[in-house]
Amino acid sequence: MENNTRDLEAEFQARIDRGENIEAKDWMPEKYRKTHIRQISQHAHSEVVGMLPEGNWISRAPSLRRKVALLAKVQDEAGHGLYLYSAAETLGISRDELVEQLLDGTAKYSSIFNYPTLTWADMGAVGWLVDGAAIINQVMLTKTSYGPYARAMVRICKEESFHQRQGYEIMLALCNGSEAQKRMAQDALNRFWWPSLMMFGPRDEDSPNTEQSMKWKIKKKTNDELRQQFVDQTVPQADILGLIIPDPDLKWNDDKGGYDFGEIDWDEFWDVVKGNGPCNQKRLDDRNAAWDNGKWVREAAIAHAEKQASRRVSKSA
Amino acid sequence: MNKEWPIWEIFIRSKNGLEHRHAGSLHAADAEMAIQNARDVYTRRQEGVSVWVVESKYVTASNPEKSGELFEPAKDKVYRHPTFYNLPDELKHM
Repeated sequence: MENNTRDLEAEFQARIDRGENIEAKDWMPEKYRKTHIRQISQHAHSEVVGMLPEGNWISRAPSLRRKVALLAKVQDEAGHGLYLYSAAETLGISRDELVEQLLDGTAKYSSIFNYPTLTWADMGAVGWLVDGAAIINQVMLTKTSYGPYARAMVRICKEESFHQRQGYEIMLALCNGSEAQKRMAQDALNRFWWPSLMMFGPRDEDSPNTEQSMKWKIKKKTNDELRQQFVDQTVPQADILGLIIPDPDLKWNDDKGGYDFGEIDWDEFWDVVKGNGPCNQKRLDDRNAAWDNGKWVREAAIAHAEKQASRRVSKSA
Repeated sequence: MNKEWPIWEIFIRSKNGLEHRHAGSLHAADAEMAIQNARDVYTRRQEGVSVWVVESKYVTASNPEKSGELFEPAKDKVYRHPTFYNLPDELKHM
């Protein structure tokens, strides 16, 4: 039996090494399954919780153009959450279990959504930086080894690029506006810059899962590589806006062909992960309220479906 | 009462003339709701002109452990492909 498992694991690794995708009904090591359930569901929860800080501004968007764009973006995030929950469910966990893990706080979601969105400029910064960082991660994940996850990512990446562009356009409009508007844009960048860098996770040397994840081709790049890519592509974008990235250590390094940048406040990072960010409690309360208040709808829909089905049966009898 | 809505498989025809293709899955209480939800989840950017929904429990899938015996017999039948046949280069329209 044990030999058998070892053979299966060797064959599994060989398939990954050959670049094959793993599909839902294929044999997989238990740890591969568990890691994916954790990662895909965290990703799904992030999409769902990610609707909250932006939903906050839909009714106060400054024009109809901005409002329809933000509404469409938030709707996309709901859709992305659903694609991802479906992908997680192929691994043998139910939707209700996944939701429960979010609501009772056992599952994590991206810490970035535990920061508040205080001004309209934050909608620009979130689209530009937060979606920008997410896209870097997600583009990598379109090549991940688990088929259902990779396919969800392809769909998400196609839709996500408008999210970042609409955010940048908001920033651009503010930066070309009055002094006060430009200050508001700079303030949003100041608050979202470091949390955006934190989105890539702990430093490689503090990320114990990275090695296994690379071996199984769940990830193809490390946290630090992705973070570097984000910094390198974002600095010139800030220059176009005429905004200043709030990092005195940021400077071009010719030797490595990329920017050097300052140290992330890792105490803050771990503190927010542990639930002590400015909005952790509020986000969970809001999700719990939405779930509880929707209970009667879920039950009524089932009752209606059952009644219709039983009528069909009695009619055909 | 804690009952989960069943899972449905969603098939979308992107335009007339093309076949329905599997787009993904979602939860819905009944078929009608599955079509509504599929509209919202899978066709937000005009990806479809027609939707089929099938409750997942009615799909029978082949067993991946049996894929050898199912699919490998086709492997050594190269004579089913046009390039298997050696014909002179000057031959046209064939």
